[in-house]
Amino acid sequence: MLEIRNLTAEVDGKAILKGIDLTVQAGEVHAIMGPNGSGKSTLSSILAGRDGYTITGGTVTYQGQDLLALPAEERARSGVFLAFQYPVEIPGVSNIYLLKAAVNARRRHIGLPELDAMDFLSLVREKVKFMEMDESMLYRAVNEGFSGGEKKRNEILQMIMLEPSLALLDETDSGLDIDALKVVSKGVNSLRSPDRAMILVTHYQRLLDYITPDQVHVLSAGRIVKSGGPELAHELERQGYAWLGDGAPARGTAPGAAR
Amino acid sequence: MSQAQSTLDELISKDYEHGFETLLDMDVIPPGLSEDVVRVISAKKNEPEWLLEWRLAAYRHWLTMTPPEWASVHYPPINYADIIYYAAPKSQKDGPKSLDEVDPELLKTYDKLGIPLHERAILAGIAVDAVFDSVSVATTFKDKLAEVGIIFCSFSEAVHEHPDLVRQYLGSVVPVSDNYFTALNSAVFSDGSFCYIPPGVRCPMELSTYFRINAKNTGQFERTLIVADAGAQVSYLEGCTAPMRDENQLHAAVVELVAMEKATIKYSTVQNWYPGDKEGKGGIYNFVTKRGECRGDHAKISWTQVETGSAITWKYPSVVLKGDHSIGEFYSVALTNHRQQADTGTKMIHIGRHTRSTIVSKGISAGRGQQAYRGLVRVAKSAVGARNYTQCDSLLLGDQCQAHTFPYIEVKQPQATVEHEASTSRISEDQLFFCRSRGLSPEDAVSMIVNGFCKEVFKELPMEFAVEAQKLLGVSLEGSVG
Ligand SMILES: Nc1ncnc2c1ncn2[C@@H]1O[C@H](COP(=O)(O)OP(=O)(O)OP(=O)(O)O)[C@@H](O)[C@H]1O
Ligand SMILES: [Mg+2]
Repeated sequence: MLEIRNLTAEVDGKAILKGIDLTVQAGEVHAIMGPNGSGKSTLSSILAGRDGYTITGGTVTYQGQDLLALPAEERARSGVFLAFQYPVEIPGVSNIYLLKAAVNARRRHIGLPELDAMDFLSLVREKVKFMEMDESMLYRAVNEGFSGGEKKRNEILQMIMLEPSLALLDETDSGLDIDALKVVSKGVNSLRSPDRAMILVTHYQRLLDYITPDQVHVLSAGRIVKSGGPELAHELERQGYAWLGDGAPARGTAPGAAR
Repeated sequence: MSQAQSTLDELISKDYEHGFETLLDMDVIPPGLSEDVVRVISAKKNEPEWLLEWRLAAYRHWLTMTPPEWASVHYPPINYADIIYYAAPKSQKDGPKSLDEVDPELLKTYDKLGIPLHERAILAGIAVDAVFDSVSVATTFKDKLAEVGIIFCSFSEAVHEHPDLVRQYLGSVVPVSDNYFTALNSAVFSDGSFCYIPPGVRCPMELSTYFRINAKNTGQFERTLIVADAGAQVSYLEGCTAPMRDENQLHAAVVELVAMEKATIKYSTVQNWYPGDKEGKGGIYNFVTKRGECRGDHAKISWTQVETGSAITWKYPSVVLKGDHSIGEFYSVALTNHRQQADTGTKMIHIGRHTRSTIVSKGISAGRGQQAYRGLVRVAKSAVGARNYTQCDSLLLGDQCQAHTFPYIEVKQPQATVEHEASTSRISEDQLFFCRSRGLSPEDAVSMIVNGFCKEVFKELPMEFAVEAQKLLGVSLEGSVG
């Protein structure tokens, strides 16, 4: 599904990703953890096609094609989805309008007919209900005046509407109350299937209580410094990042190879 | 013509060796303006003496005036002696015979805008008879309107059929001498529309389709007069989302609205004149004076405009609130792309007691577009309890465009409430990336965000017009991203 090989990237001449290797197979869920500023959001943004980064080396292959060669909108249409750490507000544009435009852009791309107003409405109502959101949210401007938790829930609503092949969730669990965390997890789990893959960026083990990952990686200072099974997340929860040695320079630990 | 002559006038008159009688025989008279030309225009239209005198007075006054220079628009001086002031409506024989003969670029634009098929042909200048019988359509409309006593016809027709009404109201809202362009228009106006809604009558339809079909050939100096008598209601749609090309560079229209007691006039405009090429060459100068007067108590006049065309727009639809409790509204979206310039806004003149006005102006600048909002809110001493709310938002796309806001507030009534809010924003990278990450192209994303920005204005437009206006913004912004 996704193969990242020795990916390096910089912003304004500052190296941020310093050689990422990561392979995610269809059907797998990977969690990426790591200290603040280690490059998790940068990695997700680069995968989703945000401008402003200079790729200095490496390759990213998604479903056999060179992902980095595609503009952001084409990545989205071919099934890459990013749930934002900080979802943006778009005044005056209703949520339902955006959803419809997004769903139909994807459908056109994969050769399906666009959904008409009625079919779309019944679909979106069903998903809104599933996400335990109030239907009135559909008619509000995208994320405008939404609470932090509502924004995150809204991201997952978009995700389950778009049914991506590769979902990147950047700290979707941050700022959620317990009930919201359960709902978001339910949304994510509903999409788990043998032909989809997911990457969850998170700081907390508690998300992984609801969504059991196949692999957990620790990203530190632009590198993946450790990978393991779900138990790695528990280990991190107990010990913090310091025990890994390298990759937490802010904490003043000595450099060292952890892999 | 014995008054003090300006050099301008000398320049003008030297083109006129032809004389009145010769000019009368011509279909197109030579460029330039003189009393003879005014007489010819009036004679060609078979106008009554009073109207000729009115035109002549306007012409004489115009000679004493100079073009306004206060607006934030820049253009080389217009040579008024180069303009052709009368041309008989063009015959359609020379036009294309079918859509196959029409510029494919134009057709593409119609398609993007979703203009109905049968209207495309008309807009593209195909002989109307070949498409459908526009005369009968117009007649059907007219019959239906006549049943309830509404008069809706061309200005020229009104001069002959309803001279008393025309004489009573013409120039009563926008005096001839109001400004340089109103004086010019009054002297040489070609044609336009006249509408009278009798007391208590609610116009049973939006006055739109009819206008759209007949909008062609109204000429560059258009004159519109709409009178809603006591308790009457009317919604009038002017213009068209399809790009209108015109040989004439200068357009100076005058629109007058009169709302009597408890009457309501809603006037919506979509203006999409040719803006010129990317360098701004060849575009239309649109210098319009639009004003409405709430003459009776509880009258209401509402202007809604979507301005996307023209190289230069100079336009301030205004409301004079004379009647007590009368209401004035102005909802505007103005878009300037490439090298377009717009200086637009409104005037709300509060005279009656408890008069209220609302101004919502949304300006979008892209490319090297230049835009100014210029708004006057004047509250006379007599306007006890007057209230105004102004909201003025600018959205910038790119870093070479500009937006300026010039609010003028003159309040002589201490108890009046005048509120002004203004904002300037840009489409952020984050918003753009968010939309793209949901599969929208950058163009669609910008268009969606811009339409969101304009929502408060679009919701004032009649439904089908609003849909067209949204598409129009998208098309007008093409080439502004990337
Ligand atoms: N546009 C930019 N300009 C300069 N520095 C940037 C830019 N974008 C990211 N960075 C820097 O890159 C580093 C990685 O940032 P990133 O947002 O990827 O971290 P993160 O791992 O997601 O952190 P967090 O856990 O706090 O969300 C940080 O030091 C950040 O300041
Ligand atoms: Mg982050």
